[in-house]
Amino acid sequence: MKLAIKLAYRNLIGAGLRTWLNVIVLSFSFVVIIWMKGIMVGWDHQAKTDMKNWEIGGGQYWQENYDPFDPFTLSESHAAIPVSLNDEITNGEIVPSLIVSGTIYPQGRMQSVAIVGMNPHQSIFMLPTEKLDTTTSAIPAIIGSVSSRNLKLNVGDYVTIRWRNVNGMFDATEVVITGIFSCNVPSVDVGKIYIPLEKLREMMSLKGEATILTFREEQSERPEITGWSYKNTATLTQSVDELIQTKTVGQSIFYAILLLLAMLAIFDTQVLSIFRRQKEIGTYIALGYTRREVVGLFTVEGAMHSILAAIVSAIYGLPFLIWMAKSGWTMPIEASEFGMAMAQTLYPVYSAGLVISTVLIIVLVTTVVSYWPSRKIAKMNPTEALRGKLQ
Amino acid sequence: MENTSIIKIEHLTKSFPMGKSKFTALKGINLTFGEGEFAGLVGPSGSGKTTLLNIVGSLDVPSSGEAKVLGESIGSLTAKGAARLRKEKLGFIFQSYNLLAVHNVFENVEFPLLLLKYTAAERKKMVMEALDWVGLTDKVKSKPPQLSGGECQRVAIARAMVKKPSIVLADEPTANLDAANSHNILQTMVKLNEELKTTFLFATHDEKVINYLRRKIFLKDGNVDQDEISTN
Repeated sequence: MKLAIKLAYRNLIGAGLRTWLNVIVLSFSFVVIIWMKGIMVGWDHQAKTDMKNWEIGGGQYWQENYDPFDPFTLSESHAAIPVSLNDEITNGEIVPSLIVSGTIYPQGRMQSVAIVGMNPHQSIFMLPTEKLDTTTSAIPAIIGSVSSRNLKLNVGDYVTIRWRNVNGMFDATEVVITGIFSCNVPSVDVGKIYIPLEKLREMMSLKGEATILTFREEQSERPEITGWSYKNTATLTQSVDELIQTKTVGQSIFYAILLLLAMLAIFDTQVLSIFRRQKEIGTYIALGYTRREVVGLFTVEGAMHSILAAIVSAIYGLPFLIWMAKSGWTMPIEASEFGMAMAQTLYPVYSAGLVISTVLIIVLVTTVVSYWPSRKIAKMNPTEALRGKLQ
Repeated sequence: MENTSIIKIEHLTKSFPMGKSKFTALKGINLTFGEGEFAGLVGPSGSGKTTLLNIVGSLDVPSSGEAKVLGESIGSLTAKGAARLRKEKLGFIFQSYNLLAVHNVFENVEFPLLLLKYTAAERKKMVMEALDWVGLTDKVKSKPPQLSGGECQRVAIARAMVKKPSIVLADEPTANLDAANSHNILQTMVKLNEELKTTFLFATHDEKVINYLRRKIFLKDGNVDQDEISTN
């Protein structure tokens, strides 16, 4: 094997441009695949981190009727906060929020919103709720930058909101925008307006009630509480996993095409080599190689393209991948319209496992592709090979 | 000098399929070669000389009869056994040199020693010695495309001789060379034959080579027509 590697290396280096063209194509596959996989891992990591920071914290209790995908359930999705959680709420380890369905009237237009009551002093979410802790002539409210753009509302603007209280009566009031935040989690921004929790409870006549209770720290397990259902972070980020999985499948097709192109070049080189190097094959046999050993040599030679490609990838790919990890990849589309937590700039994350598995897969595929045409050598007649007479 | 029998061929027949029929290249050959012989299979194209050389070189097997080389029956050798025989005991010289084009002179000559697992220091010493025999010590870094035909064939001789094999099989070694280079090559081979007691077996129809042979076996249509031993 050592000899095969030594000879294969000599043969590859000696083959010059042909080798380097294959190596460059293959190294391109290495870099692109690692980069794209890194983007997916980075996206997954960033999406989950953003969701934890902005929306789900370390897990939540949902009032049992709450369904974020059905706004009609909101009128029934509230209950008194269980007494057993009072201490944690007082310590700031749990943040209660109340969500009700409402309507907003910016510049005379009407738009449905979810009105979220939030404690202005909470510190679990990155929401700038301290901007709700202000004295104004109207109720202070904060909105996300996408909502601000869609509703054409800026800081200092007054706008009417309307809601239906627990008695089924419609009521309306004015809010003033005291803050606009920028956030990568669309469900935190789009269609939501945040006002002080106590104010909303007052408006709804729902004293001491909440829809969601969010923990600061990741909770492995919480006791069952009647009327509330516990959701851990894995459950709450399941949609991210599913979407990433869907994207990964799509990307795998792209990897396959990339690899296929690189493998086609290797396969073609192997077929051509075996045809053009018949005399050399015959010579190896005459000098004491068995045909099997020559098959091994040609397979190692083909597979070595991937080793050289990994080295070449490291030379030009490493600085590129490091640069991408630092400066990120700015999405060519408006990230807020993507439907899931996604930053405008994604920062790829490369783990050792990702790099090693990609290298191993490519080396393995290259070896198989190199072996495939080399099997022909095992059927060669060495006396004809020596004269280069095989067709 | 030629006393111990190292190649023994008995009733050797070799046939090749040709469509639905068979072509018999060798028809019941009986020959014996001793150690240190400088012999040649002589004959026109199609006489069976290369076929016989290939069988002696364990690159091919007889259809019937027996070819024993250094005590090993070629017909019953496994692929590994035949490869071992070639690797350890046989050297080959080809008409078109068959040098490894991407390897330099040193690496080409070193190749058989790599297979025999000599150390780097041993290989270097042996390669330089072999290149000294053929007068190419100044070309170690050159690659075959940078060499003349004569130089290529001298590299091929050095490669065949570097491991000091018992038998060197040379198939039309001067066919691609001019007269001056042919004589130069042949003189080198004669010198090595005399100094190292290596048996040389040629397949040739080149007069220049025939004149150097001490034993000439004339083949005609797969049969031994004449077996001449020179007295000089």
